[in-house]
Amino acid sequence: MSGAPSSGAPPVADAVNQADQADQADTAVYLYGVARGLDPSELRGASGVAGAPVRGVVAGGLTALVSTVRLAEYGEAALRANLEDLAWLEATARAHHDIVDRAAHAAPTAPVRIATIYQDDARVAEVLGAQAERFRSVLDRLTGRTEWGVKAWADPSALDAPDTHSGGGLAPSAEPPTGPPASARSGSGSGSEASRLGAEPSAGAGTAYLLRRQRERRRREDAGRRAAEHAGTVHEDLAGLAVAARRHAPQDPRLSGRSGTQVLNAAYLLDDERVDDFLAAARSAGERLAGVEVEVTGPWPPYSFIGEDT
Amino acid sequence: MTTVLDHATDAPMERIALVDLLDRLLAGGVVIAGDLVISIAGVDLVQVSLRALITTVRDELLPDMGEERP
Repeated sequence: MSGAPSSGAPPVADAVNQADQADQADTAVYLYGVARGLDPSELRGASGVAGAPVRGVVAGGLTALVSTVRLAEYGEAALRANLEDLAWLEATARAHHDIVDRAAHAAPTAPVRIATIYQDDARVAEVLGAQAERFRSVLDRLTGRTEWGVKAWADPSALDAPDTHSGGGLAPSAEPPTGPPASARSGSGSGSEASRLGAEPSAGAGTAYLLRRQRERRRREDAGRRAAEHAGTVHEDLAGLAVAARRHAPQDPRLSGRSGTQVLNAAYLLDDERVDDFLAAARSAGERLAGVEVEVTGPWPPYSFIGEDT
Repeated sequence: MTTVLDHATDAPMERIALVDLLDRLLAGGVVIAGDLVISIAGVDLVQVSLRALITTVRDELLPDMGEERP
């Protein structure tokens, strides 16, 4: 039995009736996404935002994944405040993703933007009907495809390493690359910022120090440029295996918890049969590029490939 | 289930990072007007949430960097 939504009465009537009996003045309906051909049993036991059970609202052959939320938490004013609370945002984002991910493994599913709220199931059904053509076209595009994420970091020590291609003029120094010259350190011997500022090195030592700093800066800029070029090449190669590709903005290191420079943060929409080739290509890119670490995440529901612009 | 893949084997390795999720959830998905929060669901969400992240990161994760704190 396929659980096709066209057969018989909507299998969600009981859930809808339960929701209708709730005090509607205090509650609203959170929409996660819209699936086509989803067997409702796939949602059994699923809990969404705030731990509420998830149900399907069926209209026009499409299933909207929803759960009931309290207006005290998801009303407009509450939402505005809660979205600024990172712990709340994380809990909501993970719950939203868990539901979309679960549905997407069972049937083509179009996620909707986080925090899309309706008055009740009847309104969701109405919107589903009004937007049916749009959802069908999005779902057509997503069917048989998944999103994969690829990030690449350039190792900071690799970025600092001498450029072996730039000739013999830059012999490695025995001194720490960013330390002050020896003459400026003679006072305290600690090499601290204070001793550097307090000391008065000779003009020759000072000039040599500044020149060395300048060379180091250029070397780092060159290395950064090379890393960006490598990332561009990797992206082009991977995009060649994808139906669509999109570069996200580099992630804030304070949120990612990663050191090093993120040189690639991209998403790729792949036909299911291309996934193995794609993973092999991503792995080989990571092995080919010294000092660049590649991380792959997936499969994602195709969040990044919904918009009309992709 | 979405996971981070191990570098060598492509095997699932660890739970996905919040930052990867937010890349997608704040800027992805079908945008349709909700009943109650049109202004947030449409235009402002990314800005509102990024402000949350910046504020939280500054206040909670990096308490020692507080040169802007009173």
